[in-house]
Amino acid sequence: MAGDALLEVERLTMRFGGLTAVDDLSFTARRGEITALIGPNGAGKTTVFNCITGFYKPTVGRITMHHDNGERFLLERLPDFQIPRTAKVARTFQNIRLFGGMTVLENLMVAQHNPLMRASGYTFGGVLGIGGYRHAEREAVELAKYWLEQTGLLARADDAAGDLPYGDQRRLEIARAMCTGPRLLCLDEPAAGLNPRESDELNRLLLFIRKERGVGILLIEHDMSVVMGISDHIVVLDYGAKIADAAPEEIRNDPKVIAAYLGVEDEEVEEVEHEIEETAAAVSGEEGSQ
Amino acid sequence: MASMALKRSPRSILIDLAVTSFLALAIFGVMVGLRTETVPGGLELQPQWMSALLLVAAAVGGRAILLLTVWNRPEGAPSLIPAAVREGAGSAISRVGKVFGPALLVFALLLPFLPFTDRYILDLSILVLTYVMLGWGLNIVVGLAGLLDLGYVAFYAVGAYSYALLALHFGWSFWLCLPVAGILAAFWGIILGFPVLRLRGDYLAIVTLAFGEIIRVVLLNWYWFTGGPDGLSGIPRPSFFGIEFSRGEGGFADAFGLEYSSLHRIIFLYFLILALALLTNYVTMRLRRLPIGRAWEALREDEIACRSLGLNTTSVKLTAFATGAMFGGFAGAFFATRQGFISPESFTFIESALILAIVVLGGMGSQIGVVIASVALIGGFEVFREAEDYRMLIFGLAMVLIMIWRPRGLIATRAPSIFLREKKAVSGSLVAQGEGH
Repeated sequence: MAGDALLEVERLTMRFGGLTAVDDLSFTARRGEITALIGPNGAGKTTVFNCITGFYKPTVGRITMHHDNGERFLLERLPDFQIPRTAKVARTFQNIRLFGGMTVLENLMVAQHNPLMRASGYTFGGVLGIGGYRHAEREAVELAKYWLEQTGLLARADDAAGDLPYGDQRRLEIARAMCTGPRLLCLDEPAAGLNPRESDELNRLLLFIRKERGVGILLIEHDMSVVMGISDHIVVLDYGAKIADAAPEEIRNDPKVIAAYLGVEDEEVEEVEHEIEETAAAVSGEEGSQ
Repeated sequence: MASMALKRSPRSILIDLAVTSFLALAIFGVMVGLRTETVPGGLELQPQWMSALLLVAAAVGGRAILLLTVWNRPEGAPSLIPAAVREGAGSAISRVGKVFGPALLVFALLLPFLPFTDRYILDLSILVLTYVMLGWGLNIVVGLAGLLDLGYVAFYAVGAYSYALLALHFGWSFWLCLPVAGILAAFWGIILGFPVLRLRGDYLAIVTLAFGEIIRVVLLNWYWFTGGPDGLSGIPRPSFFGIEFSRGEGGFADAFGLEYSSLHRIIFLYFLILALALLTNYVTMRLRRLPIGRAWEALREDEIACRSLGLNTTSVKLTAFATGAMFGGFAGAFFATRQGFISPESFTFIESALILAIVVLGGMGSQIGVVIASVALIGGFEVFREAEDYRMLIFGLAMVLIMIWRPRGLIATRAPSIFLREKKAVSGSLVAQGEGH
């Protein structure tokens, strides 16, 4: 099943008044692949994310989510909360949005709100203590524990989310998104603010999610070691329009992308290219040694 | 210690005291120094300069003592309270906290039978418990869901008028009217919920405030239905599951072979409101551990994150308004049957403000905090009834002091609703306050 289209974005355009933030963008994210969306600041990456996850309604365009069973969901027509619930698209935020005053475990329980709500008989059964709520809650805790283990946060399950260090908060946000049971995980700059060791751990976590769970990942990232190291496919945006759409090796060697993305003069391109190659070599070297 | 270098120069202290005396004079000179007396032909000013000057002297003297002692300690000086005492106090509070709730419950159950309990104490306890129940109801909306509601008294009014009208016109019993009053109040909670769904912050607070006033003004002007300013009187008093609290044949005392006492009805009312309040508490505690309660708290923490996790924030908000309103409606029905007479005057904004003050003072989201705050505020009002003139002054001063010492209310920590290994209280500084604060 890997390689089938999971998310299809067709002719997506988003205008805010006179400003065209995203201009006629089409791309495909495939099942079981990591697709990276990159581009200079203000290229419209987060706007694309907000359109996909329902926070904005696109001016023009169609966003289709394909499930394994052949079901299709037109995301631009769904209310925002239905996108994670029925179309199974989860997201994280550039500026972390955790429930800071709730514990780590509670954060992951909120993520499982919809199945638990059904199990509690839409609260009525739960208040009266009838129905299978206890059982469902135990299962939800097990799922939360599973993701806490994968993200290395199990020891901090009972601490307030707002008390965690920055890197842990980033991983908790991913764990929380995974607890909704998504088919597509949209990550908005997951490596921002992480140190090299942490972003390496993040790479491993994302590869695990792709391999073990068959979940497609769409990610916005500036950290080239993450982008080049793990993505199967890269879409480059500049001023809201797509300028490249290919595998990492091709993107890496595309002078136009480098110039646009890094905003450098043509004569500096070679120097920057060299730098990127070095980073990428270091990353693949590390991967090989594991 | 005497040789310790002063952190402040004598000159700065003198300037500080001069400013203090000026401010104190400006406040007390007008508020206390000039008293208006009604005399034939209008008002007359009666100066009371002595009291005003005494108050100014007290303010200056108090500040001088603070400046020379507590505020004059050099940087890094050991705290006035030894560390061991502070830690001991902290753990003592948490230990006391575990038994405090149950102890309070036992006390509440035994109160009517204690030797010193008279009619006055029982009436006061009923009043306090009514506010405890209202505080717990509002706590769902404000404390858990983080939606500031300044018009909560509207649901109290809906409950009271529902019971009064149903009982007066159709002769329905209290136990039948109680759920109906709750459902009607919840319905009005949803009606209020719809327009404020998209509102945030101050705007939310203002619209809820207006809603409370609209309900009151409608009750005041819909004369043929609500009796307008005359109110509704002759509302049936409660019966013990059909047995009236009356003297003679067939009354409560007669049926149970007791000597007739007018206290029986009061004791029954006391247990009725205690049961209703405990029901409110039980349901709230239970809801907190259910997905809906966690969704309310998540909504308070971050609404956008809620939507990204597939929570329908519309229904989460509406259920919070409806559930809070329902308990307000129950309390209103109780109020109507207890008073036997209701009018729009009982449902003014000051009531909403008082209930909100109870929730905020107790610590938002804390159930036991609401109890402490109700006892302190409602009981405090009664204690200072003698000092009629200064009651509001003392009340305001107490509120200001508590908000300085405990800006997040008396119980500032949040207890998690679920835990893996160890239940750790979440510090109040991490908990978001939600919309409109």
